[in-house]
Amino acid sequence: MTAAEIIAVIAPAVPGATFEALASADAAVTPTILVPREQLVATCAALQAPGLEFIAFSDVTAVDFHPNRLPRFDLVYHLVSPHRRARVRLKVRINAQEAIDTLSTLYPGAGWPERELYDLFGIVFDGHADLRRLLMPEDWEGYPLRKDYPVQLRKDAQTYMPLQVTEEEFRANMERDRFQRGSAKPK
Amino acid sequence: MGLETDYEIPVLTTSAEFMIQWARRSAIWPVAFGLACCAIEMMATGASRYDMAHFGAEVFRGSPRQADLMIIAGRLSRKMAPAMRRIYDQMPEPKWVISMGACASCGGVFDNYAIVQGSDQVVPVDVFIPGCPPRPEALIYGIVQLQKKIAASKLDQSPKVRIA
Repeated sequence: MTAAEIIAVIAPAVPGATFEALASADAAVTPTILVPREQLVATCAALQAPGLEFIAFSDVTAVDFHPNRLPRFDLVYHLVSPHRRARVRLKVRINAQEAIDTLSTLYPGAGWPERELYDLFGIVFDGHADLRRLLMPEDWEGYPLRKDYPVQLRKDAQTYMPLQVTEEEFRANMERDRFQRGSAKPK
Repeated sequence: MGLETDYEIPVLTTSAEFMIQWARRSAIWPVAFGLACCAIEMMATGASRYDMAHFGAEVFRGSPRQADLMIIAGRLSRKMAPAMRRIYDQMPEPKWVISMGACASCGGVFDNYAIVQGSDQVVPVDVFIPGCPPRPEALIYGIVQLQKKIAASKLDQSPKVRIA
């Protein structure tokens, strides 16, 4: 299916949305559709419906066009229909301050790449259950894949990492371990 | 050092310092700790073709508490640095560190935010080995240099100054 044919199928299910078919070098394999930010979840719900069956979430990544374009980010979603052996690419344009609705309500696996995008691009996903940094240290400042990030920054290496458990949990773990080894009586 | 043969049983006289440092340098046990592609060369060094066992350094220990050498084999990411420091802190004294390859020594080609530009910011390094990655011969040469360094060091030397 071409992008225009997909748009014709999903447009009735998403009232008020204006889709645009984008040109791409691999349009014969992966048609590309520009989706408005507010209608992304409704669009994906329409793409999941019988007929198109884009039920597999492949990936989401982002492109930063700073400083040449506003809105600066392209979010690029790839969906797969295993039954029809078809792919589709969705692009959403958003600004740095804008948030976008999470797709993890429709595709549970989408939570991981969305966390990665939050980590590296600083894009906020509304409704995400656990939006924390994924790759960088949790107390990292800034978003490294943004074009205005100082990539070759000089900074002291962190040599100390606080314990992931509280002292009470640590003691409870030790007690349980000692009991399981049989060298201490349970209290 | 001398060999006394005038007695019924031959006696070797030497200093306690030489004896102890000989024992230390002749059985360096590295901790099994690889970070990137240099670790592949490190494994090759330990395997049969290059056979680090010639130099008493082939027993890679799974626990840092049984090891006295840490070979930083690969680029050290900022997120890995606290973990590596914790492993180093768990090793008993005396302990030594070899920084293997360009990335561990100075960041190498990875001049970016994610990689520590020189692992001596995190642990005190005894021997730096250049190369990308160093060949097993280079790692063996580095270990021999470390053995020379151990042999030349005094027993009453206080532990190395630690950086925070």
